Amino acid sequence: MRGDEHVTAEVDSYYAAAKKNYPASVSGRLRTIKWSVLIITLGIYYFLPFIRWDRGPDAPGQAVLIDIAGRKAYFFGVEIWPQEVYYLTGLLVLAAIALFLMNAVAGRLWCGYLCPQTVWTDLFFAVERWFEGDRRDRILMDRASMSAGKFARKAGKHLVWLLIAVGTGGAWVLYFGDAPTIIRDIFTGNAASIVYIWIGILTFTTYSLAGFMREQVCLYMCPWPRIQAALTDEWALNVTYRTDRGEPRMSVRTGAKAKEAGAKVGDCIDCKACVHVCPTGVDIREGLQLGCIQCGLCIDACDTVMAKVGREPGLIGYDTDMNIARRSEGKPPIFRIVRPRTVLYAALIVIIGGIMTYTLANRAFQGVSVLHDRNPLYVNLSDGGVRNGYTVRLINKRPHERHFALTVSGLPDGFTVEAQGVPAANGKPVIEVSADTTRELRVLVMVPGGVALPESTPIEFYIVDTDNGEKASTSDFFKAAPTN
Amino acid sequence: MAHEEIDKVTGVSTTGHEWDGIKELNNPLPRWWLWVFYACIAFAVGYVFVYPAVPLVSSYTKGWLGYSQRASALAEAEAGRAARNEVGQNLANASLEEIKNDPKMLEFAMAQGRAAFGDNCAPCHGSGATGSKGYPNLQDDDWLWGGTLTDIEHTITVGIRSTSPDTRMNDMPRFGADGLLDAKQIRNVAGYVLSLSGNSVKGADVDAGKQIFAENCTSCHGEDAKGSHELGAPNLTDKIWLYGGDEASVINTITNAHRGVMPTWGGKLDPVTIKSLAIYVHDLGGGT
Repeated sequence: MRGDEHVTAEVDSYYAAAKKNYPASVSGRLRTIKWSVLIITLGIYYFLPFIRWDRGPDAPGQAVLIDIAGRKAYFFGVEIWPQEVYYLTGLLVLAAIALFLMNAVAGRLWCGYLCPQTVWTDLFFAVERWFEGDRRDRILMDRASMSAGKFARKAGKHLVWLLIAVGTGGAWVLYFGDAPTIIRDIFTGNAASIVYIWIGILTFTTYSLAGFMREQVCLYMCPWPRIQAALTDEWALNVTYRTDRGEPRMSVRTGAKAKEAGAKVGDCIDCKACVHVCPTGVDIREGLQLGCIQCGLCIDACDTVMAKVGREPGLIGYDTDMNIARRSEGKPPIFRIVRPRTVLYAALIVIIGGIMTYTLANRAFQGVSVLHDRNPLYVNLSDGGVRNGYTVRLINKRPHERHFALTVSGLPDGFTVEAQGVPAANGKPVIEVSADTTRELRVLVMVPGGVALPESTPIEFYIVDTDNGEKASTSDFFKAAPTN
Repeated sequence: MAHEEIDKVTGVSTTGHEWDGIKELNNPLPRWWLWVFYACIAFAVGYVFVYPAVPLVSSYTKGWLGYSQRASALAEAEAGRAARNEVGQNLANASLEEIKNDPKMLEFAMAQGRAAFGDNCAPCHGSGATGSKGYPNLQDDDWLWGGTLTDIEHTITVGIRSTSPDTRMNDMPRFGADGLLDAKQIRNVAGYVLSLSGNSVKGADVDAGKQIFAENCTSCHGEDAKGSHELGAPNLTDKIWLYGGDEASVINTITNAHRGVMPTWGGKLDPVTIKSLAIYVHDLGGGT
């Protein structure tokens, strides 16, 4: 729009450099919870691949494994085949609803405590503090010119960051193969190039996202803050600065004078402790905002300050704007976690989780699928009989070899079933299927001459495990010449 | 900054752009975003030099890596061919029975046989090998020259009434056209032949037909009329008729005879392909 008559002047810049945050250390109840969550989640992530799980000699012995080459996923006693990917879909549906439920109960619980971006950034902040000191030291160090000491501290920090990042990528690849073997191969240089590539990719993302991008990821890359803002309601607890109690803010000394003069004095002493500890650098006193990941560290910081100045804790806390309004009007606050929205989300989680658990517990470990020959549909034989050809695939989902007897029903007596290359017992082909595999073979069904057949007869194929009687079936048709 | 206008509602400065009274706020984009944009441009420029990119009049820029999807696809095809040659060699040295009993060779032979059948045999026998009038159905259990693996392999190699000196060959007389039997006799013998598979011909004397059959037909079709694989004489007692099993068709066959031709494939296809074809055809409906 340059040259447009309405343009009155040029603007300085349409881009702004990100301001680096220097979050101060803090201790308190929520900080302790965050440390615990960090240890548990990262502990699971880094050590889960090492847990062993015995599935017999023909299956991998790793508890959690995504076997891309073998096209199977293992989770302790559960084994998922590609055609059962709907369990993964179900898990994603559950995760989405769980996210909604968390949001309806207490805002951005996911962002503040569980999100990998938050957890790894928290860990990287801890390393940064360990090498460079707390907020004040770091600010001063960044302003100071380079010195041997500064260089050593910065180098140490980046080295540890890189080690964590490599470990993150290193743990990731362990989920896709036998962990001890992969680790040995990595260090002896024998691992597949894709292993090194993935370690490289995740080293880069961890190092850059947790070390440098940090809150920029939440502000500019992540869609959830926008969705969350649209999903929240007036009942959902959020990390809230209780303006009814805090305002007007003033220092302790000014406050004491104002009180003597009979003016209203808020509890907020404007020490900015809440701003200084914030990992995304927002001021919670401005109310709910996109940049606030609701980690609750400002709650801990404020409670510490309130204790020092001898005031009640909880100036910042999990609360709602509605309660601020109620308290301002002299009414008691109301907290309601059980309400239609949360009940609906919880019920959905229970129902979907229940259906998934039920189907998982009752799913079949064998299957059969049949494809009728397309050309020819039927073959007339010399004795006047009719033969139909089928391609039959048997599935054995158990980690050991099994034998299935194949039978067909729905045809007049006298017909025979022949599976090519397979011996028959009592007129039934008995098909051997190796552990955790499928077997495809041609099956010929013959009806002898002299039996009247309609153009199409619905039939049923059954397979029965000869050892334990487990069954599977599927339906198809037997075709014959059109009857005139 | 020469000018800054602050929007009263949001407290954010404006860019100075205004459309019908609507002013654009300036919420600055993070600068790293701009750098990502520049990085993408740098990547694109690098890509142009490394990979094939710019179309020229009759060619294109090849790029430093010389990468070509066509070349890599051809290399894959070549690797596949090399792998096939290995199994193909095994096939050349193995007997048909050995191939049938070795899953790896069998899989290879079936795949090759299916492809070769589609290329060479399907025009007459049909893509489903069901044939048509005058062209045998290879799916059923009726075989003129034998349905064993070796019979089938031999038939494919030498053909029937073909140009090969070793061709399979027989010569049914044209009983009517050459005046060997009169119309009444032909009707009677047709009546007898069709009675063997439970049918009848109107006005035919079956007993007289049986006598005529014994005198003229048994040398090839046998006394029981079940034919002969050695001579390629069809079994006349079953329900399968290459040239039709109705009254008119059978009378026509006796009167004029049929002499179907199958070319020899011995010189045209290599022995491994013929073996594969034999395995494939035998699998369709072969037997004894």
